[in-house]
Amino acid sequence: MWMLELPPFVLFLIGGLIAATTRGKLRGALMVAIPVISGLHLWTVPEGIHLQLMFLDYQLVPYRADKLSLMFGYIFHIAAFIAIVYSLHVKDTVQQVAAMLYAGSAIGAVFAGDLLTLFVFWELLAFTSVFLIWARRTPAAYSAGMRYLIMQVLSGVILLVGALFYIAETGSVAFDFIGLEGIAGWLIFIAFGIKCAFPFAHTWLTDAYPEATPTGTVILSAFTTKVAVYALARGYPGTDLLVYIGAAMTCFPIFFAVIENDLRRVLAYSLINQVGFMVVGIGIGTALALNGAVSHAFNDVIFKGLLFMSMGAVLHMTGRINGSDLGGLYKTMPKTTILCIVGAASISAFPLFSGFVSKSMVMSAAIENGHDWVWLMLLFASAGVFHHAGIKIPYFAFFAHDSGIRANDPPNNMVLAMFIAACLCIGIGIYPAALYSLLPYDTGYNPYDATHVLAQTQLLLFSALAFVWLNLKGMYPPELRSTHLDVDWVYRRLVPNALQRMFAVIWKVDGSVRQAVLGKLDQCQQFFARQLKGGGSFISSAYPSGNMVLWVAVILAAYLFIGFVK
Amino acid sequence: MDNEKQYLFDKPKNIQRILYLLYACCALLVVLDFVIHRHVYHSWENLPIFYPIYGFIGCVILVLIASWMRTFLMRPEDYYGPVEEPDNSKIKIVDVSHDHAKEANNNNIGDRNVDA
Repeated sequence: MWMLELPPFVLFLIGGLIAATTRGKLRGALMVAIPVISGLHLWTVPEGIHLQLMFLDYQLVPYRADKLSLMFGYIFHIAAFIAIVYSLHVKDTVQQVAAMLYAGSAIGAVFAGDLLTLFVFWELLAFTSVFLIWARRTPAAYSAGMRYLIMQVLSGVILLVGALFYIAETGSVAFDFIGLEGIAGWLIFIAFGIKCAFPFAHTWLTDAYPEATPTGTVILSAFTTKVAVYALARGYPGTDLLVYIGAAMTCFPIFFAVIENDLRRVLAYSLINQVGFMVVGIGIGTALALNGAVSHAFNDVIFKGLLFMSMGAVLHMTGRINGSDLGGLYKTMPKTTILCIVGAASISAFPLFSGFVSKSMVMSAAIENGHDWVWLMLLFASAGVFHHAGIKIPYFAFFAHDSGIRANDPPNNMVLAMFIAACLCIGIGIYPAALYSLLPYDTGYNPYDATHVLAQTQLLLFSALAFVWLNLKGMYPPELRSTHLDVDWVYRRLVPNALQRMFAVIWKVDGSVRQAVLGKLDQCQQFFARQLKGGGSFISSAYPSGNMVLWVAVILAAYLFIGFVK
Repeated sequence: MDNEKQYLFDKPKNIQRILYLLYACCALLVVLDFVIHRHVYHSWENLPIFYPIYGFIGCVILVLIASWMRTFLMRPEDYYGPVEEPDNSKIKIVDVSHDHAKEANNNNIGDRNVDA
């Protein structure tokens, strides 16, 4: 269609320009056209290095396509397309421009063949996406956006330092397998880990995503963490540590998700849980596990997008998103309800829905490689994800107690976007071969054998039974208007409070020391004045030091004058 | 709101139907566990109905631990800052307190019917 050397992100940058300069239907049409044209072009792009240039002494590769990067390229195009359709009604130019540039940065990052190019897109991801949070235009969104930006930029800075160490160690900027050897390996690993929402570094996600605009969260959920998953899959496949980090990521968020009231925050926790499955797959590092990780990233973008879209629709139509304020919406939002349930079934990995065909690969790989305990954790997380994302989200938003809210289904473009995502969820679930043919490795895996289907269905339905039982017994934690503390409490409360107290003490000590010293000085002065004053004669009286300075200046001036006259 | 439309789950009977369907599916899955031969990768899978037990107990433990976590993690909603109240001017909200009373009533009647 056009030059092969033109990297796919360029069209999105042009899209950002178009979004900034056009309005109304024209903007909508052009913005929808961009991911379609770019995606169709990408489909024809073969593997290989398509663009490289020399910068100083280094070989930069801004455009490298192989099966791994192409896979992420495809899903980012699909995600951008769905998100743009979903936000067609939005008139806010800031959001439209930010969405385009953000999608472009993510696509640029996955085709980056060297660490410096990766760094540039890594930072662009942060700077473009934060506007989707700020666009909510509330004080909470502003401060959450700030915290988000600081964490993201921190990740970028660590990546840059790591890349510089890496260049010094190896003499190459190429972004291939890195591994945890040397300080460079660790620094880059930490940089990827922050963006990937590793435990203790995850709060930027659960803090900021729920504060973004209804459409912004949909776009945010698709890109940043998946770019990090891609980067880990490229740089650290087979790193044992990732198995354990990933297993922790699948388990700890589900506890928070069960008690959280803000339903988009529940989804943010569940996003970490799903990324955990991918990280485990990358850590195991076999062909099956990597396929599982990549295909799960592919599916997650769609079904998590669908869930965020359905909750965005609820927020858009009712102005509220807390489970405690919602309920009974199925009465007047039937389309959103059904589409949300499709997303919920997909994330829960019901057979015939997309989550099943990818998550089972990671689980199989875990047990085949002897990670028994990790497998049990993943199994627990699978039951848990059904509990909080599969049941809780649709139940508290659309059913539960009737809140009396009679909001209608959202505008047609939002319904259409959700419908497309739902079709993809079911399509991939029924015919996984299409997805498998795009994967980096050919493993001949078949998810639909009696063992898997039966085991997964049993696990899920008995989780549902547990939900029903707990509800009937009144043991299920009710949705309460509340805030739940997470690690972000450390930098939002503990550290600021500690600093405040520390400075209060410092000011106090500083004040008293000053006072004491001044008092002593005063006493000294009085003492010398008394000593010098003697009988109180004219010469021994105390004069201000300013007088002395003045007289010195006068004498100097006199010298100068005499010297000049001579 | 007596003239408001009756929706699917306004009738407790329909909720009961869904629950019975779930119970039936669960029972069927337990039976299938003994009928279908499956590959076993992990020794725990040899236990009869391993997955149903694991799923059920896993979820109960999950909820119990999460509820316990509330005792020390929960703070007022405005802990980090003031919370904006949602704008009610643009959406339609019906009064359901009456419906709730009716629902509760229906539930009682339903219970009595079952007992009878």
